[in-house]
Amino acid sequence: MKFTLSWLKDHLETDKSVDELATVLSAIGLEVESVEDPAKRLGAFKIARIVEAKKHPNADKLQVVQVEIAKGQPLMEVVCGAPNARAGLVSVFAPLGTYIPGSKITLEKKPVRGVVSNGMMCSAAELELSEDSDGILDLPAEWADKVGQAYIDAAGLNDPIIEVKLTPNRPDCTGVRGIARDLAAAGMGTLKPEPKLAPLNEAFDCKIPVKLEFTPETTDACPVFAARTIRNVTNGPSPDWMQNRLKAAGLRPINALVDVTNYISLDRGRPLHVYDAQKIKGALHARLGKNGEKFLALDGKEYTVDDTMCVIADDTGPLGLGGVMGGESTGSTLETKAVLIESAYFDPVRTAATGRKTGLVTDARYRFERGVDPASERPGLDLATDMIMKFCGGEASKAKVAGKEPIEERVISFDYARVEKLSGVKLSDAEITKILKALGFKVDGKPNAAKVTVPTWRPDVHGPADLVEEVVRIAGLDRIPATPLPRTDGIARAVLTDKQKRARRARRLLAARGFVEAVTWSFIPKGEATHFGGGSAELDLANPISVEMSSMRPGLLPGLLTTVTRNRNRGLTDVALFELGQAYRGEKPEYQYLSAAGVRAGTARLTGSGRHWDGNAAPVGVFDVKADVFAALTALGVDPAKGQITSDAPHWYHPGRSAALKLGPKTVLAYFGEIHPATLKTLDVESPVSAFEIFLDALPPEKKKSRAKPPLAASDLLPVTRDLAFIVPKDVAAGDVVKAAVNSDKSLIKTVNVFDVFEGGSLAAEGKKSVAIEVTIQPATETLTDQAIETITQKIITDVRKATGGDLRS
Amino acid sequence: MSTSSDLSTLERELLAEISGAGDLAALDAVRVSSLGKKGRVSELMSKLGSLPPEERKSFGQTVNALKTKVAEALDTRKADLETAALDERLKTERADVTLPVRFGPVAQGRIHPVSQVLDEVVEIFADMGFSVAEGPDIETDEMNFDKLNIPAEHPARQDHDTFYFSPKADGSRLLLRTHTSPVQIRTMVAQKPPIRIIAPGRVYRMDSDQTHTPMFHQVEGLVIDETTHMGHLKWVLQEFCKAFFEVDEVKMRFRASHFPFTEPSMEVDIGAEAIGKPGQWLEILGCGMVHPNVLRNCGLDPEKYQGFAFGVGLDRLTMLKYGIPDLRSFFSGDLKWLSHYGFSMLDVPTLGGGLSS
Repeated sequence: MKFTLSWLKDHLETDKSVDELATVLSAIGLEVESVEDPAKRLGAFKIARIVEAKKHPNADKLQVVQVEIAKGQPLMEVVCGAPNARAGLVSVFAPLGTYIPGSKITLEKKPVRGVVSNGMMCSAAELELSEDSDGILDLPAEWADKVGQAYIDAAGLNDPIIEVKLTPNRPDCTGVRGIARDLAAAGMGTLKPEPKLAPLNEAFDCKIPVKLEFTPETTDACPVFAARTIRNVTNGPSPDWMQNRLKAAGLRPINALVDVTNYISLDRGRPLHVYDAQKIKGALHARLGKNGEKFLALDGKEYTVDDTMCVIADDTGPLGLGGVMGGESTGSTLETKAVLIESAYFDPVRTAATGRKTGLVTDARYRFERGVDPASERPGLDLATDMIMKFCGGEASKAKVAGKEPIEERVISFDYARVEKLSGVKLSDAEITKILKALGFKVDGKPNAAKVTVPTWRPDVHGPADLVEEVVRIAGLDRIPATPLPRTDGIARAVLTDKQKRARRARRLLAARGFVEAVTWSFIPKGEATHFGGGSAELDLANPISVEMSSMRPGLLPGLLTTVTRNRNRGLTDVALFELGQAYRGEKPEYQYLSAAGVRAGTARLTGSGRHWDGNAAPVGVFDVKADVFAALTALGVDPAKGQITSDAPHWYHPGRSAALKLGPKTVLAYFGEIHPATLKTLDVESPVSAFEIFLDALPPEKKKSRAKPPLAASDLLPVTRDLAFIVPKDVAAGDVVKAAVNSDKSLIKTVNVFDVFEGGSLAAEGKKSVAIEVTIQPATETLTDQAIETITQKIITDVRKATGGDLRS
Repeated sequence: MSTSSDLSTLERELLAEISGAGDLAALDAVRVSSLGKKGRVSELMSKLGSLPPEERKSFGQTVNALKTKVAEALDTRKADLETAALDERLKTERADVTLPVRFGPVAQGRIHPVSQVLDEVVEIFADMGFSVAEGPDIETDEMNFDKLNIPAEHPARQDHDTFYFSPKADGSRLLLRTHTSPVQIRTMVAQKPPIRIIAPGRVYRMDSDQTHTPMFHQVEGLVIDETTHMGHLKWVLQEFCKAFFEVDEVKMRFRASHFPFTEPSMEVDIGAEAIGKPGQWLEILGCGMVHPNVLRNCGLDPEKYQGFAFGVGLDRLTMLKYGIPDLRSFFSGDLKWLSHYGFSMLDVPTLGGGLSS
C-alpha cells in the first residue's frame, strides 16, 4: 500500500514530519517498508529558461546555450546536445555536482569539445520521469515565471511516498483514510471530517436492470449490488493531481472514469467498477458462473469460469469476475458516453478462492478478500458519481440497489481490567475509552462491563483480546513493563528427555571421531528415494520446488553421498561427514524416525587421511565404520556385544562387507559397511565409501541405574595370558571363535582378543584359515596353579572345536 | 709366603687392569680373574687355612679389604663404561622433529552451526524452566492451520507457500509444516497448564532465493498458565537476547503486528549493536499472546488460561551471532564451509562456562 504525504494530509490534520509519522506507523502495526522523498533525489533540479542558443564552434550536433537559472542572476553557459534546445524553451537545469538518477552520473566541470559546460539541461528520462530521452523537457511557456524554483515543487511532485506493508487483518487500512484514522488515534493529528459532496440531482432512472441471482445458500457471494448510470459524459485524462497520486501509488493512469474508481479504492479501500453502459446487453446479473463459460478480462486474457466463482454477466454471458477483475467487452474508453458505476460487496472467502484459481492478483481482490467495509457501498457510489461529474460532466441517474449490505452489528462485552491482565500495562479507564472511540468503536456502560460496538470497517475484531490489542498498540507497546517470569523453585533442572540427551551425545561423539556434521535437505530426488527403499507415492510432494527436492528422504545416506560428490567436485575426496536428523518411512508421525548416519570416503579414517611420511592412510573399509557404530552405541549406553551381527544389511551396502547390528530378530540398531559399488555409480561417487546408519529410536532405553557406581572389582592377583591359534573352515566367523572362548569360563576369562587372522599359504587350498586369540585369565581369589590354567585352556579348545569345528594349530 | 708388599702389588695390578678395561666384556674378564672362584683374590683366601692361627685374622682382614676395594673399582668402572656406551648410542639416535604430525580426529570433527546454536538456545531456556517439545514434519491442515486459527481461505495461508502431498480419496491432503507452531497445539492437547516449552525443528516453505531456502529451522516458544502476560513475554525475550548474544544490553523494539494465532501480536527488532553494527534495526521474531480461539481449539478455557508464544528463525539467529553471510550454504554440505563455520565438539555451551568459547 503506497500513498503520499499530501494525500494522507487530505484526511489527517497534522504538523508531524514524514519521519515521525513513519515511526509511529511501524509501531502501531502498519509497518513502513520505505519512505521515498523526491526532494532528496530530485531537489537540485531547477526550472530554467534558455535565453540564447548558438551552434557549438567545434561540433555539428551540439549547441552552446545561455540559460537563465534564477531571476536576475547572470546567465549560465551550457553545452547541450538536444535537438529541441532553442531560445525561449523552458526546461530543467542541473547544476554541477548534481547526481543524475537516469544516467547514474554526477556532473563534473569539464570541457565538451573545448567549451566548458556549467551544468546540464535534462530530459525526462534523466529525471526518471518517463522513458523519453529524445530531447530535454519542454515545459509550458508560462512556467517561465517559475524559473529558479525546484522542478518538483513546480510540477507538484514534491510529495514523499510512504509504502506500508499491511497485515491481512486490516482491510480498513487499504485506504488512506483508514491509515489516517489510526494515526489520529495514536496522537499524530486529527482525523478530518468526511468532505461534503455537492447535492446530487438524480435526473432519471437507471435503465439497466440489476439482478442478484443466487440460491439461499450462495446469496452471501454478492449480497448487495448498487449501480448508477451517468449519461453524456466526456471521458479524457484525469487531473494531474490525481494522476500524480496514482503514479506514486504504483498505478498507471488510464482515463478519468477508470482513474476515479482506482483512486477511491486507494483512498477509501472501496473498490468500484465502471462499465460502458451502452455496451451492456440487457440486464446485469450477479450470479455464480457456469462451468465452461469464458470471458475476456481487462488484462487482455481469456478466463474460464466455474460454478464456484461469482460473475457479473449481462444477457450474453459473463462480463467479469465479481470483486476480482472486470471485462474487456464492457470496459470504458475515451469514447464512452454513458457509464455505469458498480459498488458491490463480494464475499472474502469466495473472492480469495476465485483469485487463487485464476491466478489474478488485483487491487480489488486484495481488498475484497480481506473484507471491504460493507457500509461503504453507498458512500463509495456517491463519491465516484461526484468525482466523475466533476471531471467528465454528464447527468446522474438514481442509484439502483439490489440486495442489502451484510452488516452484522458486533457488540463485545469488555472488562477494562482485561487490558492489564493480558498486557501487563496499567492504563486509565479514560485512556482506554479514548483510544477505542478514536478508532471508531462505540463504547457504552461501565469500564468493568462495557459494551463495545465494533465499526463496520473492522471485520477482524471479535473479542476482548482483539480490543486489548487495539488499546495497547495505540497506547504504545513500549509502555508495557518487562516483568520477570516467575522462576521455578531453586536451581534450574535438566529438561531434556533421554532421547534428546542421546541425540546430543551422539552428535558430539561422532564429531570427536573426526566427522563433520552436515545438514542436508529433507526432500531428495525421487530416484534416489526409491533406490534407498523409499519413493512411495504418499511421500512425494504434490508441488515440489524442483525434481531434485521432490520426495521425502527414506534415510540420511542419499543426502550424505550426494554431498560426497559435491565435495569431490570441489577437489575434496577424503571426507568424513555425518548427519543427525529425521527421515520418513511413511506419512504418519510414527513413521518419522531419528537417525545418525555417517559416511567415510576415500581414505578419511579415524587416525587421519591421505599420504603421510609415517604411513599412508588406507582406503576406508567396513571396519572403520564398525568402529564408529560400536563406539557410538557404547557412548549411548548400549553394549554392542549384546547385539547380534547379521549379514543382511540393505542392498545399498556391499553384500559381503556389511552387516546389520540387531537386538533380537526385529530390532535393527544399526547398519554399517562399505557402500555397494553399483550404488556409488548411481550417485556418481567415485571414491570408495563406507557408511553407517544408527537408528536412535530403536536403541533400548538406558537403564535407570543408581548414580553411585558399583564397587571396583579389581583383583591384586596378576592376570595370565595364553595364546591359542585355531585352524577353522574359511567361512567360520571370528566372532564365533571368540564367543566360544569367552563362554567357556565366564568367571575367569576376562577378555579374548583376536590378534591374527591368516588365510594364505597351504590353508587357502584347504579352504581353511587360522584365527589366533589371546585369552586373558583373571584369577579371582587365589593364584591359579599351572594345572588349573591347563584345565581352562583345554576347555577353551574343546568348546571352540564344538562351536566351529576348528582345531588347535600344531 | 705372602707379604703385605705382595698384596700391594696385586692391588696395584688389579686396579690397573680395571681402569684399563676398554669395554664391559674386558671388565668382566678382570672380575673373573680377580674375584671369580679361581681368581687371584679368591685364591689368597683359600690359603687362609694354611697359615698359622695367629696370622689368620690379620691376613683375612687384609684380603677382605682388598676384595672390597677391587669390587668397588669394578662397579665404578662398570658404571663409567655404561654411561659412555649410552652416550655413544644417543649420539646416533636423532629424529627430525620438524616433520609434521597428524592432529587426530578431535581436531577434524565439527558440529554444524545450527546444532550448536540450538544447544545454546536450549541452555538459556532450560534455565528459565522451559523443556523441549517436538513434533512431526509431515502435518495435517488441521494442525498447521485450522487449530491455529488460520481458516481455509485466510490470506495468511497464501503467505505460507505450503508444500503439499497428493490429496487422499476424501480430498484431505497432508503438508510439510510451514512453522513449528503445530507443536504448540500438540503440547496443549497433551498436557495441562502450566506449560513452558520451546519447540525447535525443521520447517518448509516454497521459497528459494538469496535469503530464503525451502527448508529452514525455527524455534517456537510457548508459556501457558493463568497469569503470564505481555510484560513477561517482553522480559523473556530481552533476557534471551542478552544471554544469546552474550552482551550486557540489547536495544529492542516491539512493533504491533498480526498473526492469526496470537492476539495481541508483536514483531520484535533488535538494535544491531548486539552484533557490532550500530545504527540498524534487525527484525528477529514474531510473538504475541496465544489467541483465545487457539486455546479453545486445544480444550483450554481462555477465560482461565492465558500465555504467550513466539517463533524465531534459528538459522537467522545463527547468521546474526556468528557473522555467517549466506543462508543457502547451511545446507550445501560444503566441507570447507562446515570446517570454517562449524564448532569443535569440545565447545559445549553452558551458562556457567559461557555459551561460546
